[in-house]
Amino acid sequence: MALIANSAKLRSYREELVDKKAKEGKKVVAICAGTGCNAYGSPKVVAAFREEIEKQGLSDKIEIKPTGCHGFCERGTLVLMHPEKQLYQRVKPEAVAEIVDRTLKGGEVLEEHLYDNPVTGEKHRTEHEIPFYKHQERLILGKNGEIDPTSIDDYIAMGGYDGLAKALEKGPEAVLEEVKKANVRGRGGGGFPAGRKWETCKNAPSDKRYIICNADEGDPGAFMDRSILEGNPHAVIEGMIIAAFTIGSDEGYVYVRHEYPLAIERLTIALAQAREWGFLGKGILGTGLDFNIKINRGGGAFVCGESTALMMSIEGKVGEPRAKHIHTVISGLYNKPTNLNNVETYANIPLILDKGADWYIGKGTKGSPGTKIFSLVGKVNNTGLVEAEMGMTLRQIIFDIGGGIPDGNEFKAVQTGGPSGGCLPASKLDLKVDFDSLWEEGSMMGSGGMIVMDDKTCMVDVAKYFLGFLKFESCGKCTTCREGLRRLHELVTDISEGKGTEETISLIEELCDTVEAGSLCALGTTAMNPVLSTLKFFRDEYMAHVKDHRCPAGVCKELITYEITDNCNGCMVCAKRCPEDCIAGEKKQLHVIDIEKCIKCGICKDVCKFDAVRVY
Amino acid sequence: MTVKFTINGVKVEAESGDSVIDTARRYGFDIPSLCHHQAVTPYGACRVCLVEITKGGRKKITTCCNYEVLDGIDVVTDSEAIHKHRAMVLELILAEAPDAEPVKKLAAKYGVNVSRFERPKAGAAQERHDCIMCGLCVRVCTEIVEVNALAFNGRGYNRGVGGPYLEAPQSCIACGACAWVCPTDCIGFVEEDGMRKVLKWDRELPMEKDEDGRPFAPKFQLHYFKEKFGLPADIYKKAPGTR
Amino acid sequence: MDLTKVDAIIENYDGDATSLLAIMQDVQDQENYLPREAVNHISTKLDVPVSRIYSMATFFESFHLEPRGKHICTVCMGTACHVRGAQRLVEHLERELKVKSGGTTEDLQFTLEEVNCVGACALGPLVIIDGEYHGNVTSTRLTKAVKNLKTREGGE
Ligand SMILES: Cc1cc2nc3c(=O)[nH]c(=O)nc-3n(C[C@H](O)[C@H](O)[C@H](O)COP(=O)(O)O)c2cc1C
Ligand code: SF4
Ligand code: SF4
Ligand code: SF4
Ligand code: SF4
Ligand code: SF4
Ligand code: FES
Ligand code: FES
Ligand code: FES
Repeated sequence: MALIANSAKLRSYREELVDKKAKEGKKVVAICAGTGCNAYGSPKVVAAFREEIEKQGLSDKIEIKPTGCHGFCERGTLVLMHPEKQLYQRVKPEAVAEIVDRTLKGGEVLEEHLYDNPVTGEKHRTEHEIPFYKHQERLILGKNGEIDPTSIDDYIAMGGYDGLAKALEKGPEAVLEEVKKANVRGRGGGGFPAGRKWETCKNAPSDKRYIICNADEGDPGAFMDRSILEGNPHAVIEGMIIAAFTIGSDEGYVYVRHEYPLAIERLTIALAQAREWGFLGKGILGTGLDFNIKINRGGGAFVCGESTALMMSIEGKVGEPRAKHIHTVISGLYNKPTNLNNVETYANIPLILDKGADWYIGKGTKGSPGTKIFSLVGKVNNTGLVEAEMGMTLRQIIFDIGGGIPDGNEFKAVQTGGPSGGCLPASKLDLKVDFDSLWEEGSMMGSGGMIVMDDKTCMVDVAKYFLGFLKFESCGKCTTCREGLRRLHELVTDISEGKGTEETISLIEELCDTVEAGSLCALGTTAMNPVLSTLKFFRDEYMAHVKDHRCPAGVCKELITYEITDNCNGCMVCAKRCPEDCIAGEKKQLHVIDIEKCIKCGICKDVCKFDAVRVY
Repeated sequence: MTVKFTINGVKVEAESGDSVIDTARRYGFDIPSLCHHQAVTPYGACRVCLVEITKGGRKKITTCCNYEVLDGIDVVTDSEAIHKHRAMVLELILAEAPDAEPVKKLAAKYGVNVSRFERPKAGAAQERHDCIMCGLCVRVCTEIVEVNALAFNGRGYNRGVGGPYLEAPQSCIACGACAWVCPTDCIGFVEEDGMRKVLKWDRELPMEKDEDGRPFAPKFQLHYFKEKFGLPADIYKKAPGTR
Repeated sequence: MDLTKVDAIIENYDGDATSLLAIMQDVQDQENYLPREAVNHISTKLDVPVSRIYSMATFFESFHLEPRGKHICTVCMGTACHVRGAQRLVEHLERELKVKSGGTTEDLQFTLEEVNCVGACALGPLVIIDGEYHGNVTSTRLTKAVKNLKTREGGE
């Protein structure tokens, strides 16, 4: 393959690609091969399509394209038919032959594969009619449904690397001004303006500077960064090259979780292609820019997402944060000025260069322009990846896009910001989501985890969960964090077991204060957010545990009791399945649980088809 | 280069690269510390050296053993908030090392005589004894003795310290330096029956005898020094019996 | 293990000590755990103290110093799966496999592990058995899956 020698060549190359595709006139069927859909069996669906297309001799008319996550993981495996963007959801391999035959060949719409709107009962044919997609602004994620992540040509054909070409023509100063004007804020957690970070790094005196992309994504319950890398790796690479050009760096790293094999694989392919095409290496696009990117696999430690720990880890050391009295943009990796940004931050950069800062600040809010990708999960109907314009309310995201709470249960709280974020109650549903407003309410944007909870979720248990996570993920250096979180977890556990008193609560608050003030890195200094925010908004629930020794949500094992009600028809299923053999009863007779022996595993409730097991 | 700043309103000077804690102590200000030693790299683990530092108009509570002096900063070494946080940190530490005299003494100074927390159950990997994970032993063994016998293991509340695989570290030369710096005296170092023993690491080495037959240092340690500095094979035979 | 394999891995990284983590990961990927003789070998070859390698291996969650079971059951304990009841699934598997989470059965058949989010939250709660994802798991389905595994083992 010929290298792309300069910007003019890039443009003509793109035109050729577009022409060629137009001439071929193939119908593109994009099948989601993201992690979620893979788990549903998407590889089998892809194989079935390929086989059927082959069999029916349609290979020159139809292109089967496995892609990254389309966002609507709830309904996988997703099959998106271009150009109308007709969407078939929950597609199984068995259905493929008929789809090829009747829809792709015959142009028929197969109703049973369409999305049926549970609210209106309507069937929606195309992606943009579906409420889940309709209310989103998918500037970044949108391409996931169109691009074959293993094909750089696909990316180029869609205008890829044009942002880079424009940046190179503008020169580093002008690019910096553009990025500063766009006011793009770091998507990895802190929301620090990327332009300002770049400027400091650029101006730090040194003969060597590093560019790092943070793809550690340790937030449990978040998967947007991996999905960008899996679905559109070149967008991130392009963003990094633009940063390198602006700042003056010749060496970059992507620090990615080892548990993300697919992302690593796709990124490896993309990097090799970018090198071959001439977007990485020496004299990029005929300019004097030299830049290369290496992949660094993280070892599975949440704390390694923290900037200094991440850099330690790249240097081959244990990922312990160090004091940042001198910031990493001045002295970071190997003590050189280092610019660290998140995956999504980099993915925004080509857009800004391509369409201009003025266009970009037209999206979102004044303080937080653009969009943010959330992983909307938990007790919500439409689980998946959601890209929303900044300033949308929580209600719009959870109810309009997310389709509300399943099983007719009631919304109780939404947790944003991952383990360092907070829980917001129903009264905050009309909060406009951006960096500052979440912060003001004691939560944060974080990397974009959004976990919806219903009335069956216990907030004490949620606080306990995050503390348990953090005490395990703390590097263990600071007394305040290592011992402080151990103690906070013990204290909240006491409450969840009915052993807590009001003194326990005040000790928790006292301790939180010191953990926040006295810890070295942000893992410690934000660790109290889940406890403090639940204490602030759900104090009653804590008090129910403390005073009445009751868990209103029916979660905390020590405080609940399983009981069989009159609904029981004596089918004996539960008695057979109870691991402790503690359910007694004759056939067709009311069954009874021996509360002394019951270990509260919940199996009886799961298996009872007659809704006869009650928890109180 | 000379750096000028203030501590508790007093104008002070230090060399760039100096730490705030050492400078403050040089000027007679009292700041407690448990994980700091001038001979090794600052680490910032114990968190009892918390002070308030104002830089560029922004006041922050921070540890000062790992804070390098900067022009124009204002350091406050004691305040109600600092006192409160130090007391809580010491309460956490006292629970880890309830039998360690130096810890008890320091905690008492901050009004903490008993901890509201129980002694942690042994970490997943090993007994904690009175270790407070300050890392001084690790740093001394790595940076001064340079044998890398010790390291932290695990992370978070499961953190431990010791030799690899929780066994007696084979590269330990039983020099005793770690026991000497340990702020809680929990390592234990004895010489008996011609053996030198580092109790916590379970390392025992026979002592070499001098010309008069008095034991004076572990063979292994002497061997190490001989190798490291290229000394003649019989050097220690001629050396005066120390210790 | 065959130490020439370790040599080959070290060679891949030009014997560079800053690639220690990657080298350890590759060894583990090959052996399913990090054997002690490999650790000693890496230490000698890269001139990195064993104490530091041990420290890394116990700091990072992805390393295993003991051989793992033939079958690996991993329960996702990410937040999304947690609020959908993942904790109960771990307990269920602990009972079914007779092993504590994080442990391996004595006959080296089963290892039970936890992971924090594998990015398939829509399918939560999620259990991965020998690389196969089981989404929206219930205790009934788990019991079946384990029974399948056990009978397959018995039949072999
Ligand atoms: C404990 C901890 C974990 C973090 N994990 C991540 C992460 O997984 N991904 C990420 O991009 N940023 C993470 N961050 C934030 C980074 O330290 C850093 O602020 C960010 O990568 C900067 O990029 P941005 O400015 O583009 O957001 C974490 C921070 C802390 C304190
Ligand atoms: S705050 Fe916690 S994670 Fe951060 S350095 Fe201290 S102990 Fe480590
Ligand atoms: S499964 Fe339900 S209906 Fe059947 S015996 Fe048990 S409680 Fe009764
Ligand atoms: S909760 Fe579990 S142990 Fe208790 S009765 Fe039901 S099945 Fe048996
Ligand atoms: S006694 Fe052993 S472990 Fe302690 S400093 Fe000396 S060599 Fe290191
Ligand atoms: S053994 Fe002593 S010196 Fe070593 S970490 Fe523990 S308290 Fe510190
Ligand atoms: S993985 Fe297919 S839509 Fe997310
Ligand atoms: S002396 Fe400063 S943190 Fe220990
Ligand atoms: S939380 Fe389990 S897959 Fe994300």
